[in-house]
Amino acid sequence: MKALVSVKRVIDYNVRIQVKPDGSGVVVDGVKHSVNPFDEIAMEEAVRLKEKGKLTEIIAVTVGGAKCEETLRTALAFGADRAVHVKVDEEIQPLTAAQALAAVFKKEGAELFFLGKQAIDDDAAQTGQMVAALLDLPQATFASKVEIDGGKATVTREVDAGLETLEFDLPGIITTDLRLNEPRYLKLPDIMKAKKKPIEVIGLGDLGITAAAGLKSVKTANPPKRSKGVMVKTVDELVTALKAKGLI
Amino acid sequence: MSKILVIGQHADGKLNSGIAKVVNAAKAIGGDIHVAVFANDGSAVAAQAAALDGVAKVLVVDRAGNDDYVASAIAPQIVALTQSGGYSHVLAAGTTSGKDFLPRVAAKLGVQQVSDIMAVHSATSFDRPIYAGNAILTVEAPASPCIVATIRLASFQATGAAAAAAPIEKISVDAVIPSHTRFVKLEAQKSERPELQSANRVVSGGRALGSSENFNIIYSLADKLKAGVGASRAAVDSGYVPNDMQVGQTGKIIAPELYFAIGISGAIQHLAGIKDARTIVAINKDPEAPIFEVADYGLVGDLFALVPELEAKA
Repeated sequence: MKALVSVKRVIDYNVRIQVKPDGSGVVVDGVKHSVNPFDEIAMEEAVRLKEKGKLTEIIAVTVGGAKCEETLRTALAFGADRAVHVKVDEEIQPLTAAQALAAVFKKEGAELFFLGKQAIDDDAAQTGQMVAALLDLPQATFASKVEIDGGKATVTREVDAGLETLEFDLPGIITTDLRLNEPRYLKLPDIMKAKKKPIEVIGLGDLGITAAAGLKSVKTANPPKRSKGVMVKTVDELVTALKAKGLI
Repeated sequence: MSKILVIGQHADGKLNSGIAKVVNAAKAIGGDIHVAVFANDGSAVAAQAAALDGVAKVLVVDRAGNDDYVASAIAPQIVALTQSGGYSHVLAAGTTSGKDFLPRVAAKLGVQQVSDIMAVHSATSFDRPIYAGNAILTVEAPASPCIVATIRLASFQATGAAAAAAPIEKISVDAVIPSHTRFVKLEAQKSERPELQSANRVVSGGRALGSSENFNIIYSLADKLKAGVGASRAAVDSGYVPNDMQVGQTGKIIAPELYFAIGISGAIQHLAGIKDARTIVAINKDPEAPIFEVADYGLVGDLFALVPELEAKA
């Protein structure tokens, strides 16, 4: 059974982002980038399934520009067998990414597709579900536990009310949540091995896709600033202040 | 003129408290607002939706299994209704359920979805948060074929009660429902406390509490204040509290009047969940903790002494 894992190159989660003064976006040049943390969790889950003998091959995929090759090399170092780079230079939106990923999933004859529940830059949380809809396949989002057995996936999901368990017939799509696993530390031998694993580079045209017009970004702004607070020295001071405001 | 379809999400016979906020967002867009209730038997939920101010009509789509809200079963029904009804907008609450099914609807309709609308500028222009809310993006969505969006509940007030109940209509939709996905079970935490997503006051604990037993001081303070309870991701990861208490970028985004961050350092990702809280109170033994940069009131000290004292004097 083959699994496809999608990884996205994003600004590192520790970086304090800066909004460009002209409102055209966020500063990305010279800023540290990494693999989207949720996609690392997706990669880790696929690798664990392969180690358990459930998967025969893991294919990593990314949709993005030239710099995304480093993202694929990280996925290969984790344990993907090979990678596909859908090279797109313009900024693409979730539906277009989903169309490309759905086409790759079909082309590769994969049975499982893992990706993070959201990318920490756009925070849209749509791509996995869109891939599932385009392929008319099942989905299990926000997965915190995955079991694959006898052609079925049993997935526990983190939802607002608590934990929900779904079962679906393979093939299908799973988006990963924080507590699904803890990704392994990459060791130097794996990083070196990754340099030799194959990456196939294709374009949207090779997949029969044209990037459709989507949402237009009008401007990017800083969020409203909270007014400065005060430090209090005692609980009495705090209670007095809150009562004065009618808050308690 | 816009014709807006609001998905009337529900659980245990109750309309989701966020729907009143989605209706308010729909009012800002302007136009006819219809609420669609997909349920096994939606009459009770429909009556609650019909009582919301601004709702012109409630449509009930009854089907065995709809209560489970399996995304691949609900989405085709929404798509069919959107197309047959000629809706210009489809809105869902930005809950885990809305995030689960709505992108399927957008993909089937061939449109990019707008996630987590925080402000409405016009029928086609909206603000949404990116980078954990550290930047606000204004987008313009193509009006045609329709606009599909989730609403960030923390950014809107609830609409009030209608003067008169809206008409309720039972309808059927022409959709192929796949059988490949089955709901197995939901392990929900039952609590008497106010629901975290909509509570006016919330008391949250972080990893500094050190154990699930120690979280009792958080619950105790919350009960004294009639507040809901929340937690940082670190506290959930450490197993002190269940996942449905997580507040933050990848947990719940909340907007209470009063928020207590107890033993929470204030990582960017946690702050993303509380940016819209009216008043933030932080108690932490580390005076350098980032939480003090956003707190309206900050108290440095040992939470194990201060929290019981606060509970006694509040």
